[in-house]
Order: sequence, then C-alpha cells, then structure tokens
Amino acid sequence: MSAEKKVAAYICKGCGLGERLDADALVNVAQKEGKVQLARSHDFLCSEEGVDLIKSDIANEGVTHIMIGACSRRAKTEAFYFPQNAVARANLREGVIWIRPDTEEARETTQEMAADYIRMGCAEIKAMSAPAGNPNTGSSRTLLVVGGGVSGMTAALEASRTGYPVVLVEKSGQLGGWAAKLWRRIPVHEPFKAPADTGVADMVAQIQADPNIKVYLNATVAKTDGAPGRFEVQIATESGSVATEDIGAIIQATGAEPYDANKLPELGYGKSPDVVDQAGLEALARAANGGPMLKPSNGKPVKSVAFVQCAGQRDAGGQHLSYCSGYCCNASIKQAMYFKDGNPDVDTTILFTDLRTPGNGEDFYRSAQEKGVIFSKGKVASVSPGADALTVNFHDLILDDKDARLEVDLVVLATGQVPNSGVDIEAPNKPQVEGGAADAATVEAKPISILNLQYRQGPDVPQLKWGFTDSHFICFPYETRRTGIYTVGPVRRPMDMAQAREDATGATLKAIQAIENAQLGRAAHPRSGDLSFPKVRLEGCTQCKRCTVECPFGAIDEDERRFPLFNESRCRRCGTCMGACPVRVISFENYSVDTVGSQIKAVDIPDEFSEKPRILILACENDAYPALDMAGMQHNEYSAFVRIIPVRCLGSVNTIWITDALNAGYDGVMLMGCKHGENYQCHFVKGSELGRYRLSKIDDTLKNLNLETDRVRDLEVAIADIEHVPAMINQYAERIVEIGMSPFKSF
Amino acid sequence: MAKKEYAFYPGCSSQRGASASNYLTSVNAMCKTLDVKITEIPDWNCCSASIGYAEGGELPRHVLNARNFALAEKHMPGQDIVATCAACWLGARESKERLEHSSVLLQDTQEALKEAGLNIKAIPEVRHMVEVLIEDLGWNALAAPVKNPLEGLKFAGYVGCQTNRPFGISGENFENPMYLDKLIETVGGEAVPYDQKVTCCGGALAFSEPDKAQAQIKDIVESAYDHGAEMIVTPCPLCQANVEIYQGHINKKYGTKFRIPVLYYSQLMTVAYGGSAKEAGLDGQVIKAPKLEAIAGKK
Amino acid sequence: MSANAQMATKYKNNFLKEVEEQVEMGEWVKMCMQCGVCSGSCPTNFHPGWEHPPQEIFMMIRAGKREEVLTSPSMWMCTSCYNCIVRCPRKLPITHIMHGLANYAHRLGVAPKMQPTRSFAKLFWNNCVKTGRVNELKLSVGLYFKDGLSQGIRNGMAMKDVALGLLKAKRLNPFELFGGHKCKDQNGIHAMLKKARELEEKRKALKAAA
Repeated sequence: MSAEKKVAAYICKGCGLGERLDADALVNVAQKEGKVQLARSHDFLCSEEGVDLIKSDIANEGVTHIMIGACSRRAKTEAFYFPQNAVARANLREGVIWIRPDTEEARETTQEMAADYIRMGCAEIKAMSAPAGNPNTGSSRTLLVVGGGVSGMTAALEASRTGYPVVLVEKSGQLGGWAAKLWRRIPVHEPFKAPADTGVADMVAQIQADPNIKVYLNATVAKTDGAPGRFEVQIATESGSVATEDIGAIIQATGAEPYDANKLPELGYGKSPDVVDQAGLEALARAANGGPMLKPSNGKPVKSVAFVQCAGQRDAGGQHLSYCSGYCCNASIKQAMYFKDGNPDVDTTILFTDLRTPGNGEDFYRSAQEKGVIFSKGKVASVSPGADALTVNFHDLILDDKDARLEVDLVVLATGQVPNSGVDIEAPNKPQVEGGAADAATVEAKPISILNLQYRQGPDVPQLKWGFTDSHFICFPYETRRTGIYTVGPVRRPMDMAQAREDATGATLKAIQAIENAQLGRAAHPRSGDLSFPKVRLEGCTQCKRCTVECPFGAIDEDERRFPLFNESRCRRCGTCMGACPVRVISFENYSVDTVGSQIKAVDIPDEFSEKPRILILACENDAYPALDMAGMQHNEYSAFVRIIPVRCLGSVNTIWITDALNAGYDGVMLMGCKHGENYQCHFVKGSELGRYRLSKIDDTLKNLNLETDRVRDLEVAIADIEHVPAMINQYAERIVEIGMSPFKSF
Repeated sequence: MAKKEYAFYPGCSSQRGASASNYLTSVNAMCKTLDVKITEIPDWNCCSASIGYAEGGELPRHVLNARNFALAEKHMPGQDIVATCAACWLGARESKERLEHSSVLLQDTQEALKEAGLNIKAIPEVRHMVEVLIEDLGWNALAAPVKNPLEGLKFAGYVGCQTNRPFGISGENFENPMYLDKLIETVGGEAVPYDQKVTCCGGALAFSEPDKAQAQIKDIVESAYDHGAEMIVTPCPLCQANVEIYQGHINKKYGTKFRIPVLYYSQLMTVAYGGSAKEAGLDGQVIKAPKLEAIAGKK
Repeated sequence: MSANAQMATKYKNNFLKEVEEQVEMGEWVKMCMQCGVCSGSCPTNFHPGWEHPPQEIFMMIRAGKREEVLTSPSMWMCTSCYNCIVRCPRKLPITHIMHGLANYAHRLGVAPKMQPTRSFAKLFWNNCVKTGRVNELKLSVGLYFKDGLSQGIRNGMAMKDVALGLLKAKRLNPFELFGGHKCKDQNGIHAMLKKARELEEKRKALKAAA
C-alpha cells in the first residue's frame, strides 16, 4: 500500500438515485465538506464500466481510500471488492431513497439525508485503513478429536476423508464409547422396523486402518495452549508418557453418561437386581446373545417386562434432571423389541407420559405396536420388589386410575443423559453438580477438566444450560465461544447415535473452515474472511482488564506485565473489547472508536428552530442492519430524521459515541441489537448482553447532562422485524418531537 | 343412446311411499335433463346401513352388498353402480373395499352367494350420484341446462357425514367440503358459509336416542338459520329426514321457531332446469318450500 | 358355561388378544397412540352417560378390563359419522372397531340390556333381512312397542305429528304394515345370510381354538 493516502468518493446515479437525488450536489458535499481529493458521479457504478473507473483511479490516480455512495454495504460486495484498499459505503439506496416517499415535499429532507450519509462516509473512510490480515497465523492442518465414541469416530473419519490428519484421544482402552456397549441400535434405514447392528466394529476397523488417524488410547488432554491453527496440545497417557501435538482445530466429543439410577430408590433401583437402567438392559441383551433374556436375580427367562420412561427426567421438582433426553423413548422401543423379537409371548409394556420419537422413530414406534409391545400412558410412582415379581405402581393417565399396577419380572428405567462437559468455568465457586440437582448430599466431586485450556477464562468450553457445553443454539449450533473448538454429540445436547453422527459431520466441516481461516489470518464465524483484528495501543492501557474479562471468546490473555495479550486467531472481531475499553486504546484498522465517532460528528445538525431533529441509530450489522435494508427493499418508509451507523455488535458500542452524539446536539440515540439472555440471538453470544449492561449506566450520563432518559433508547431487533423496525423508528421520532429539541444544539 | 348409463341402486328409503321417495322423483327428472340413464338393479336388496353392524356382524353385512354387486354385474355388465343414498353408497363401497382387500372374506362371500345362485367375478365401481354429476358430467354440463336460476335464494349446503367420510368426494376436504356449495352456485343460488356443514345429524340415533340426536340437529338448523340460510340442502336421505321432520319437536323442546325447508340437491337442479314442483318432488316436503315452488315450472 | 365365560376362559384373560381375534378390526387396537383426537371429534362426547370415549376404550382393552368394556354403553353411542376415522393420525378404523366391539358384546349377550340403540339395531337388521328391504313403518312401530304396548302407544302418540307430516307428504305409506316392498328372491337371501353367519362363526371359533 502506498504511503500517500488519497481518498476518492464515487456517487452512483443508478437504481433511481439519479432521479431522486441531486448527485452533483452530493459530489459537491464530498469535495467541499468531505474534503476528498477526488469525487465523481457515475450512471451505473456497479457496472463493469463503473468498476473500471474506480480501478483506473486506483492505478492511475493513486487512490488508496474509496468512499462509495450507492447501495447498502451489504449489496454488490463482489463488484465493489478492492482488497488492497480501504472502502467505505454510504447507503443512499436502501437507507435513503427506498425508505422515503417519492414526493415533492419529501425531496428536501431526502436530499439532506443523502448528504449526511456522504459526509459520514467521507469521515469514516479517512479514519480507516485497509486491513492487512493477522500476521500471527498458524499452519497446522491437524484436527484433534477428544473422545472415541460414535461422535468422535465420525469426526475423525470425516476429517480424514476430506484430507486432514487427525489425532484421536480416548480416555478408555478402546474405541466405541457407549455405542460399543449396545446390543443393537435404533434403525436408521428403511423400513425402520427392527433394531439394527450398531456399526461400531466397522467404524473402529476403519479408524485402525486409516494411516491418517493417530489414536491415543488410555489418554487425556493434559494441556491445550495456543490458538486455532497453532494449538499446542499435550496428551498424557496412562503409562505416564506425554506427547505433544501441533493442532489446527479441536473437536470435543466427550459424550454423556446415563443419569445415575442409584438416585431413584423409589423406582426399585438398588433394591432389586431385576430393576436395571437402559445400559443395564443392553448388558443383559449382550449376555443373552440373541437367546432369551434372563432375570439377574435368579437366571430364569424374563416373561414380563415394564419400561419406565422419564425415570429421573423431566422432573419439575428440581430433584432430578429437568430436561428430556430425547433418545430414550426410541431406546426403550428398541429394547422392548429385544424381548418381542425373541419371544412374542413376553409381555412388554412401555409406561410413558409423552412418547417422543424423533427422526424416523414414528415408524419404529408403530412397528413395536405391531409386534405387540403395549404402550400405556401412565406416570410411575414406585416399583416395589416382591418375593417373585416386581410391582409397578402407576397413575393411568387415560383412565385416571391412580392405583394402576403391573406385576412384572423385570423393570427398565429410562434415565437419560448427563453430559461429560468438564469444568463449569462460569461457576467456579458453585458446587459442581450434574443435572442441576441442588441437594447437598448428592454433590459430586468437582469434574476434571477435559481440554485443560491455558486460557484466561478457564480450562474448558463454557456451558450453556444443564451442564451441556456451549453452542450458538438457535442459529449456529456447532459454534462454541472458543474459536476453533467445536463440541459435538451428546456433550452438546442430549441425542442419539444418528443425531450424533450428523452433528459430528457438520462440526468437522466447521473445524476445517477454522483451520483454513487461521492459516490465512482471517476471522472465522460470523465475520468469516475478515482480515481486520484488534490492535491495542499498550502505552495508553491502564491494565483495567475489562477487555480480557469481557471478551466472550477468551481471545485475550494477560501477559506477565498484566497487559492484554491478544490471540488474534481466537478473535471473532466483534469489537466487544473496543466497546469495553474506558481509555479507547483498542481498535481495528477498518472499525474503531474514530471511524464511528467521526461519522457521528460529520452529520450536519440543524439548529433548534429548524423542526428537524436528528436521531442517531447504532444498528447491529448482523440482524438490525439487514432488517433495515430489507425494510428498504419493501419500501417500508421511516423518518428522514434518523442517521444510521452499522456496528459489529452492540458489545462494540463505546459509550463515548453516545456522549459525543448528545453533546453534538443529536436529539435522540437509538441502539438496535439482538436478543440477549436465555435464547439469545447475538452472533457473539454475550456481545449484546454486555453492550446493554454498559448502556444501563448511561442514565447517569443523561442526568449529568440534564437530559431526558428517553433521549437514549435500546431496541431489541431480530432479522425478521422488517415491518416492526420502521414502525419503532417512527414512534421514537414522534416521541422526540414530543420531548422537544435537544438544548445542546447551539453549543 | 343416453350420454351415460349406470346400474342404479335406489335404496330402501327411495321407494314409493318411503321417507325419501321425493328424492327419487327429483333424481329421475334431473337425470332425464342431463341425459343420464339409470337402470334399477333387478331385485336389489338393502345394504343394512351402518346400523346393521350390531345384529348383522361382518360377513353377513358384506354378503348383502355382494348380492347387489353380483346382480348388477350379471344384468348390467360393465356399468358402474350408482347410489343416491349416502348410507347405501358407503355400505356398498366399504364392502367392495373389504372384499377386494381380503381373499378370505371374498372366498366366504362367494360361498354364501352360492346359496342364492350368484357369484362375483369383478366388483363394479360403486359411485354416489354426486360423483357421477361432478366427475363424469362436469360442472359445465351441470350448468348448461339451467333455465330458471335460483337467484336470490340462500341455501345452507349441509353435507353431513356419509357422503363426506370416510370416503368423501374426490379432492374434497373432510372438514370443509365445497362440492355442495358449488352445486348450489351452479344452479344460481347462494351458498351461505356456516359452521355445521359436516356435523352429524345423529343418524340412526334419531330413532333410538331422539334427545341426543335432536340436540345435534338443533345445532345444525340453528347455525344455518343464524347465517342467513332460507333453506337447507343435502345429498343424504337420512340427513334430510332427520333435519326436516324433527324441527317441530325441537321447537317444543328448545322454544325455537324453526321452519326451514330441507331439500335435496337434485330438487334444486330439477327446479333450475325448468322442472315443475311435482317433477322436483316438492310435494314431498314436510316443511314446504314456497320460494322454490315459486320458481318451479316458470316459463 | 355361557358364551361369554367360554371366551374369557379361552383367552385366559388376555383381552387384547381376544379383541384382536374376535372383534371386527380388533387387530388395530394396539396401534392407538393415545392422542385423544377421536374423543374430541365424537359428536356425542358432550352427552351425559357417555362413559368412555374411544381413546379410553382402547386403553381399557390393553389394560385387560374385559368386563367393563363389553358391558359399557359407550360403543352404542356411535352415530356412524366417521369423524374419528378421518381424523385419527394413526388411521385406525375407529368407527368400525366401535361397531365391532358392540357386535361382539351383543353376540356374547353381555351388552347392556336396555340399551335403545342395541334394540333398534336388532330391529333394523331383522326388518331389512326379512324381505330384503327395509319396511320403515314396521321399523318405527316395532321401535315404539319394544317396551310394551302402553309405552308403545305413548311413543306413537309422541311421534304422531312427525308421522302425519310424512303421511301428508306421501313419504309414509300406511299399507306398508300389510306387506310393502320386498325382494323376489327372499329364500335365496335368507339362505345366503344363514350360510354367511355359519362361516363367520366357524372362522371365529377356529381362531379361539388355536
């Protein structure tokens, strides 16, 4: 890049811009007020001819910085792709002419809006530079898979087939996990009528035969250091030896355990050997090896069996698991078939409150009914062992018979899954209890870390709910808050083998993307391909640690002098650190306190007698800004008083912008960000939450300025709010007119 | 040579002096206009209706219908059977389905039929008259002969159960079938939307449990009335009878003042096609339909 | 031993199996998934005396409540509207199962004695198979007099207006009482139905014996 900075502004006249706006006046604004060295208009800027004009200016005029006044920054990104240059966009189409009425009365305010966006674009571009990419790249293409069950084996095989070497770490002495302990699996192929071979032996054989997959058995991860593309992982084996592997990305497939049936004495577990959990029944089936199933107590063939669904699950009382594990209904159906397929005369009853059979389980359920498995809708109260049989006492929910009972030889408890997710880093002082049980007597030993991450935020991936590992649950299920680390299978949410395999395949692809991005110094999800990264001016840093604490992705450690130490490859470029920094020393080359701040200051604020208030909108670029663009596409009109600046996340909003805006005489400030808290939709998980937390302090600032609290408004916006957002803007504009103009205009 | 020919299964209620005799009168007139030839199956017998289950059981029920199949096939080979009664159609169609589905049932049926000197080779298609009108003739053919459109008259198309469920008219929705409304509109009337279009009239329970059935009938009549209908139209003889003849009892019991004529689609069509009140069987109404009589026979 | 006790013994109180083998469409009972759409769809579900909707009947069969099911008046409430059939997400022929259960209880002689629909159904069948065609007048008269002469006259009086209306509309023929419509081959029909009944009973007995 040339050392000489030369800024050019281009005003497009296509898509109706030329008819609705006075383009010459806008060129004039860019030159006179935006003070760019070169300003031109063009009839059709995204055409080949228009793009060639810009390219020619870069080549012949030495233009380094480009401001395009045309459509939204989200449109025509391929035409306006100049990777060697800094590029800013003024949104005159979706943001101005499409949301304003095409009338004579509206012409003036529409033109004012456009002129302000040109001023803002020119101000922004001057504060930007073209991002050069993260120099601290890593080049390891190896995928580490932690856990050798079905999820882990699937990830390993998929990665290897795609050409990436794999290191597979399994804590036990053999591969296969829980699936290897099953007699048969739930069918995944037509006609979904009978239990099928688990396929585990075949997967194990494939792994063993694959020279691209290195397997460590009886091994754990002792230490994980570094960042995507350059993780340094120490693997400790039972023998005491420690191996070090260079790793590009990590798949954590540490699975789940059955909920401990010992916590269910009322259901007879522990009181009679003839009460087993689902794992116990698989063991019986394996022992029977296709022959009749035998009662553990006396070795006689089982003539009747009852399955108790939701045993210790979906418990609203807080004593047991509160959630549904999702796979156990199909598992009980499968196990009931173990009996019926061998001997149709064995009475098999499944006692359920709600039968949930995801996937093709409905066909499987039907098949079990055809085979004569009895399904009774009932809530089991207790199982009492008798001399020769077990009595299942239940409330028949259809006949409302509270004293219904069943005499059986064997009872199977469907107890559900508890994830092996390691240490809950967000609650280090809380007793570490599985499944959310609060009873002090059941508190278990603190779990051992799985990844032993050398991250400031703690040794494992954060957990989302009920101990399951983090995941952007609604939109991006594989993404954790640790870049390059993906959790798959039942450690992420309860699931069966079919779901785990799909999960592992999807996450493996994401891990491969992370490896490739890390090599090129680019961001991963959601700003994938972004070459900018946070830079810190350490000489101004006060070591307050806000950035290191608040970074949702654990990207920032502290060095030995307690200054922030950025691991760029872990960074998602959300700018939460930038929003947090009280001394404003963190910035990106193309996004900084200055790029936004100068735009705010560039807006022409009419005097207080003009009846033209100005409202600043800081809109999240992931949901709110696209919603606004789409509102434009639908021609959903909104007030001409607003000036919108996209932000990477509400978390990146530095409160100085708001203070500056109010001081500059804006009459109101609106912040638009994603839903936070439970069922959050923030692409950066915690960004909008942190942003809102900081904004909650803004009231003090308003009071100090002697301003109404309505001058700043926070709005939750989802991408689909195409009609709602314009309505909210207009309401707010009316409110501002009610309150009156800001007293700060004349200053 | 008629446009279409069918083996006709009128059913017990359509016989002379029986509860749906006016249905047959109007069907004859309608078919004449539409050039449809229907020939009664010689010596046809009762289908035993849906209530036949309790005493009849399974095989005897199917055998009764099978006798009609055998007779139709013997005397009118190649012709579809067409029924005007919903229960006849349903019973016969159900038997056809079961016999074609189960070789054991068919074998037993053949053995029983032997006692009456009959046997089945292929079971004819079993159609309802409404199917013949819609599928074989088509809406254009039904609209063409309209001379006296029933303009300004508001009808509630009461489809009821057995021409609608479980088989129904092809392409229709069980919850809101539209064919009857469309028939009403084809002859120039207005079909009012109302919410009891497919409610059960009580069926045979009108005889055995009159209070229960009349509660249901009241809902149907009331809804038709509330939605502005002047008359109710139906394709089913039992629906027609139940909804028409118990209005007096319902008025006594519920203090209502219903007096809504209940007609067959074939009566509407006959009148619209220029037929007289007699040809349309309007003299067979227990609750007279003066507005329709006024149009009937208009030159 | 009564027919009822014989069947109970033969099936060793495995009532579901008994229903599967002896009741028309009984093999479908096990396929019910207990959603309750049938119960909500039944037009009679708001009437008093409606003990058990189909969903419950199916559950009771599975729970082996033989006596309660067979003596229940619930199946006799069926109006044959077929709403349950078309709405059942599992495509159970619920109407036919209800008919089949009623027929079975009737055959075993355990169906409720005074159940009016049971009486009417018997009357209807006998009426229609006698001549091959229904005699509506005899059917009505038979219905009114099922509970004795005096009740019959009362019933007849109550229905007088209805009958008069039909009479005036020529939809009721008083001469039907003395003959009326009939099939020609009545002997053939009677022989055919006798045979059908024999065959059906044979098949059911074979199943019970297996």
